[in-house]
Amino acid sequence: MNGALPGRISYAECSARERIARLFDAGSFREWLPPAMRVMSPHLAQLGVPAAFDDGVAIGEARLADRRVFVGAQEGEFMGGGVGEVHGAKLVGLFKRALRDRPDAVLLLAESGGVRLHEANAGLIAVSEVMRALLDTRAADIPVIVLIGGANGCFGGMGIVARCADQLVISDIGRLAMSGPEVIEASHGVEEFDSRDRALVWRTTGGKHRFLVGDCDQLVEDDVQAFRDAAVRALDASRPLTLQSLQDEHAVLTQRLRAGEGAEDAIDLWEGLGIAHARAVPHMNAEQVRTLRQESVA
Amino acid sequence: MSMAAGLETLHYNFTGTQAVGAFAPVLVGVVGSGNLEVLLEPSPGPACRFEVQTSARGFGNIWEAVLRDFHSRHPLAGVVVAIHDMGATPAVVSLRLAQAAAALP
Amino acid sequence: MKWTEVAAQLFGSEHAIRADGEFLSGSATFDGQAVAVVGSTNHAPIGYALALRQAEVVLDTIDRHPGRAIFLLIDTQGQQLRRHDELLGINRAMAHLGCCIDLARRRGHRVIGLVYDQALSGGFITSGLIADACDALPEAEIRVMRIPAMARVTKLSEDVLTALSESNPVFAPGVQNYLRMGGVRALWQADLPAGLRDALAHAAIDDRRAIDGRARGGRLLAATVVEQVLAA
Repeated sequence: MNGALPGRISYAECSARERIARLFDAGSFREWLPPAMRVMSPHLAQLGVPAAFDDGVAIGEARLADRRVFVGAQEGEFMGGGVGEVHGAKLVGLFKRALRDRPDAVLLLAESGGVRLHEANAGLIAVSEVMRALLDTRAADIPVIVLIGGANGCFGGMGIVARCADQLVISDIGRLAMSGPEVIEASHGVEEFDSRDRALVWRTTGGKHRFLVGDCDQLVEDDVQAFRDAAVRALDASRPLTLQSLQDEHAVLTQRLRAGEGAEDAIDLWEGLGIAHARAVPHMNAEQVRTLRQESVA
Repeated sequence: MSMAAGLETLHYNFTGTQAVGAFAPVLVGVVGSGNLEVLLEPSPGPACRFEVQTSARGFGNIWEAVLRDFHSRHPLAGVVVAIHDMGATPAVVSLRLAQAAAALP
Repeated sequence: MKWTEVAAQLFGSEHAIRADGEFLSGSATFDGQAVAVVGSTNHAPIGYALALRQAEVVLDTIDRHPGRAIFLLIDTQGQQLRRHDELLGINRAMAHLGCCIDLARRRGHRVIGLVYDQALSGGFITSGLIADACDALPEAEIRVMRIPAMARVTKLSEDVLTALSESNPVFAPGVQNYLRMGGVRALWQADLPAGLRDALAHAAIDDRRAIDGRARGGRLLAATVVEQVLAA
């Protein structure tokens, strides 16, 4: 089947549109509300910021290994991938359309700082609406798969949205969290979180950590083909939300709270969770971390 | 030329000789710091129109020079070029325009 | 208004809502029906642990009290800004709370949120904002972020943001504004029981905020863009 090109292509370095072009079956993407329609933010001009023709997100349908999927890809370079009124509404529309047209899955290529602060209130409500629409889609048994691997990571309200999905795929250089290190440092000082300590940032919010503790289902290298293969694997791994599944989740999160008591660093938490070779994790590659999780986690 | 709370809008018109005809809109680039996006669409008539919206104000002369230079090498006719710019250098602007032109049929 | 006053006006003196630090939980009777209550006070920062405690109440309600309405009392300064919470996965804990509330709604529990003092984004995005209705007291305040932090992240000056917060609906923190944008369903006037009664009876079970925002004139594009996507 067609798809990504041979040889490694950095997913992080691709734009949102390049990711779509390379990840899905060649030429299969059909965009809704394309740039020429100029469905743009009405709120940016007053702040002296240029709008983007697609408001930083491309949505549409495509084929993935010949399966029909819907896609939303956030452009991290535009406003940090922040969700504004129009951007959010495009994603809500994507999910609502999925409810109607029932594709095999909705794939969200997430790269975002969360609420687009330049649109403040409108952005906050928009993220909330995306969350509701995503959960509606899951409740209708349509899987929602989130891919995380952009340089800007997946933060803020989008970090929560991502964890509302069925399946998460993250690269070792990807990041998933809520508040960014800079915000935490600004709030509580550099002793709380030194945002320039890259190793610390990645131990705390990076893909290897999130995969090891189970916040993400698949860990890949920073490679478009690896993301494509992982996305295909995720297509049939959907999990419905039931009272039982939420009670199980609650138990996992409660245990983690206890295991992490007094943990100064991710390494302490990994040890507390019974993960072997915790100290070596920051130096491991994706494949080694995948093996480690298989061996360590029940 | 008009300004709206920091954004500058610039318009340029050149007469082209290389008619492109009908084509699906072409988008290159991204609106990020030091970057720009360029949207090419077909337009009736012989003109090649440029509509620039930029957050870097006061560079009208440079824009004119860069666009004129581009059009001298790609004398497109029947095209409108819409640009959202966030402070790209002339080199980056020229690059994006060349990429856009290369994507035309 | 203090939560104790809100509770007294809604439920009288005989309710079983207790504060454990900043965490509120318990039950009460309203119009003859039992109501589960959960929330926070003292402008609590919502961290991993507090998100879990709230989720536990919701799960317990689903499990042991089918159909019981859930009332969220919201007063928060936003998400807890600590490295430890990020390490543990505060985004996952918050998503879990949101999924629990979402399940409760699908199982027929009415979920009504009330911002009775203040709410900042991360503090209520998976509680009040995922309920059937997020209502508010008229004097409450809703913000995305405090201006100094916003200035640092956006690189817009505090002066510019302050001016915008006074004049521009997208930035102004007042609940009237959120009402107009559809983010808040209704403001409760002096008769609080009437407010809760109305919410329980009339809050939609689907997400009508974009439609409300357009109808009320505060958020004109969202609903239209959704319709455009459906028609594309």
